[in-house]
Amino acid sequence: MSLLWISNARVIDPAAKRDGKGDLFIADGRFVARFTPAQKKQARKIDARGLVACPGLVDIHVHFREPGQTHKETIQTGSWAAAAGGFTTVVCMPNTSPVADSAGTIEYIHNAIERGAVVHVYPTGCITVGQKGEQLAPTGSLKRAGVVAITDDGRCVQNNEIMRRAVEYAKMFALPVMDHCQDEAMTQNAAMNEGVMSTRLGLRGWPHAAEDVIVSRNVILSTYTGAHIHLQHISSKYSVDLIRRAKGRGVSITAEATPHHLALTDAVLAGYDPSYKMNPPLRTEEDRRALIEGLRDGTLDCVATDHAPHTDYEKDKEFDYAPFGVIGLETALPIVLDVLFRQGKFSLPEIIALMTCKPARLLGLPAGTLAAGAAADVALFDPGERWRYDAEAGFSKSANSPWQGQTLTGRVKTTVVSGRIVYDGAKIVV
Amino acid sequence: MPWNRRNLIAIEELSRAEIDQVHTTAAAFKKILQRSVKKVPALRGKTIVNLFLEPSTRTRMAFEMAAKRLSADVISFDSASSSTTKGETLRDTAQNIQALKADMIVLRHSAAGSPLYLSRLLNIPVINAGDGAHEHPTQALLDTFTMTEHLGSLKGRKVVILGDILFSRVARSNIWALTKLEADVTLVGPSTLVPHWFTDLGVKVSHDLKSALADAEVVMLLRIQHERQASSHFPSLGEYTSMFGLNKTRASWLNPKAIIMHPGPINRGVEIDSDLADSDRSVILEQVSNGIAVRMAALYLCAGAHPEPVLPPA
Repeated sequence: MSLLWISNARVIDPAAKRDGKGDLFIADGRFVARFTPAQKKQARKIDARGLVACPGLVDIHVHFREPGQTHKETIQTGSWAAAAGGFTTVVCMPNTSPVADSAGTIEYIHNAIERGAVVHVYPTGCITVGQKGEQLAPTGSLKRAGVVAITDDGRCVQNNEIMRRAVEYAKMFALPVMDHCQDEAMTQNAAMNEGVMSTRLGLRGWPHAAEDVIVSRNVILSTYTGAHIHLQHISSKYSVDLIRRAKGRGVSITAEATPHHLALTDAVLAGYDPSYKMNPPLRTEEDRRALIEGLRDGTLDCVATDHAPHTDYEKDKEFDYAPFGVIGLETALPIVLDVLFRQGKFSLPEIIALMTCKPARLLGLPAGTLAAGAAADVALFDPGERWRYDAEAGFSKSANSPWQGQTLTGRVKTTVVSGRIVYDGAKIVV
Repeated sequence: MPWNRRNLIAIEELSRAEIDQVHTTAAAFKKILQRSVKKVPALRGKTIVNLFLEPSTRTRMAFEMAAKRLSADVISFDSASSSTTKGETLRDTAQNIQALKADMIVLRHSAAGSPLYLSRLLNIPVINAGDGAHEHPTQALLDTFTMTEHLGSLKGRKVVILGDILFSRVARSNIWALTKLEADVTLVGPSTLVPHWFTDLGVKVSHDLKSALADAEVVMLLRIQHERQASSHFPSLGEYTSMFGLNKTRASWLNPKAIIMHPGPINRGVEIDSDLADSDRSVILEQVSNGIAVRMAALYLCAGAHPEPVLPPA
């Protein structure tokens, strides 16, 4: 019997409203309430004095690029980056090559997960065939193949009739539909937020109205069909307000915010650095503050990274030509601690809930809990440790991080997946 | 005053004193251009590469002419003939040019920010000859040079920039230059092409042509760049002309001594009445001529220290 004993930690389990000094006992990959004296002698012990022990973090929005773009990331390297960031459960977007719009591709992804992943990885499938927004993908087969949601992430479904039928159909399988809210006609060739900064820099603007229009559309379709629509990476203040009012009426809408939208604004684009180019784009200080308030009052349900790896030679280009996206798994916790804990005065349990039980519940994932009997996924972190982040030396295959070279506060020390240490604070343990 | 800037990327970052210095230097070069022998040895032995990755006639010719007047060797390079069409990145193209021991690069590029990017990759001067809708610094320097020749100090002078402001790098560079020179700038055009955000740059925005042109001393027209615009920005060229085109009636609203400017290429009958373009109020061709002296000044100043004084005594 494999036994792991994490002692003297500040144990925070928001799902059980637990926050206090204590121990975690893990036997054969699952939490148990206590060890017998004999087990205590036998167990491998981690002294977690000064550390927080919480459920392994959950990220419902990552791009692991497999199949087809494995020069950027693989399911294996992506899972390493997750483990190093304290994440034990991640949900992969289907915009791979080919896109994950068939059960066969999902099976391929499952095989890759089986072969290489050190954390729990769940696939999503496409809403439409080829992410073209024209014809529904075989949602039932995708569900049977094991997807936890459907989404055309990155290629928002533009046709309202297709979207209406997609959510109505997915509801039959209790499958959430995740939407990247972007009106394409309003954002042709857009590279950054539309406003004073884009005016100064002469870059094409991506107006927040293009997000708000689709958020409204989704609120309307969710109301009309009763289907659950999850709104990905919300970036606009106006959208936060739309979601707040919809939730007030009981509409089945959920939403996420990314660490980069919580921490940064379009002011950082003055030097045309593509490390800050993402979709949706960084917006204004007013928007950023609205996202934080949205997380505070529950309008936004969780934090998700939108971890989007690109190689240096793809990203190191003229701003207009560089692809959208930044990696985020290895920096999410310190950034969120900085914005929400140290600046935003959220409590640690509130923050951990946004990164564990809340996203897990949203997609019905078996994660985000320290309850006896559950899979023993744990993140141990030091909320006060200062460290220099070097993306090149990180575990993701790519290094396109806006926080490259910066000193961050809060560091993951150990990550445990199903009772096994997969990250020891320095390296992935395979 | 020493010139400390290796690159000329944007007017936004220039000081008032630097703008004045370019103008003073350009005035000296302009005198040379009026001689029978129009050449000085200032950049003899230097090679300037004109890297024009977006079509250009006037600017490229003016830069070539300026470089030749300074006795530099010039290589011009456009996207149709360069390896960028074969998929080479700007980084690689630039590094190759540096490896060929060029001394300076003049870059025209459709992507905003690319001269800044290039300047970070190279240790030779980079001159921005227009980057997307961002800036076109030598154009604004020659425009303000031309205005100063006609009006003297620009302080408090009413300047109207009329046309497609949103997609215009010329407008942006002129906004920075004119506000630094303390002119009173009003941008005019359809609301879709003159968004209110421009007021943040210290200029006025108006959609009423009559009040904006009233007593203006300079009107700078910008070309309607229909090739850049989605069809949604205004209904038609005809409607644009009927609402915002400069014709004789509208020109009569200007200050009687007002000058009419245009960075070119002009669309006769669209943003400007053909007769007006050729009238004595038009300084459009003076702008072109001044473009050579101003670009000589920009190349000369950015090329840095010189072994011997090359400017003629005043």
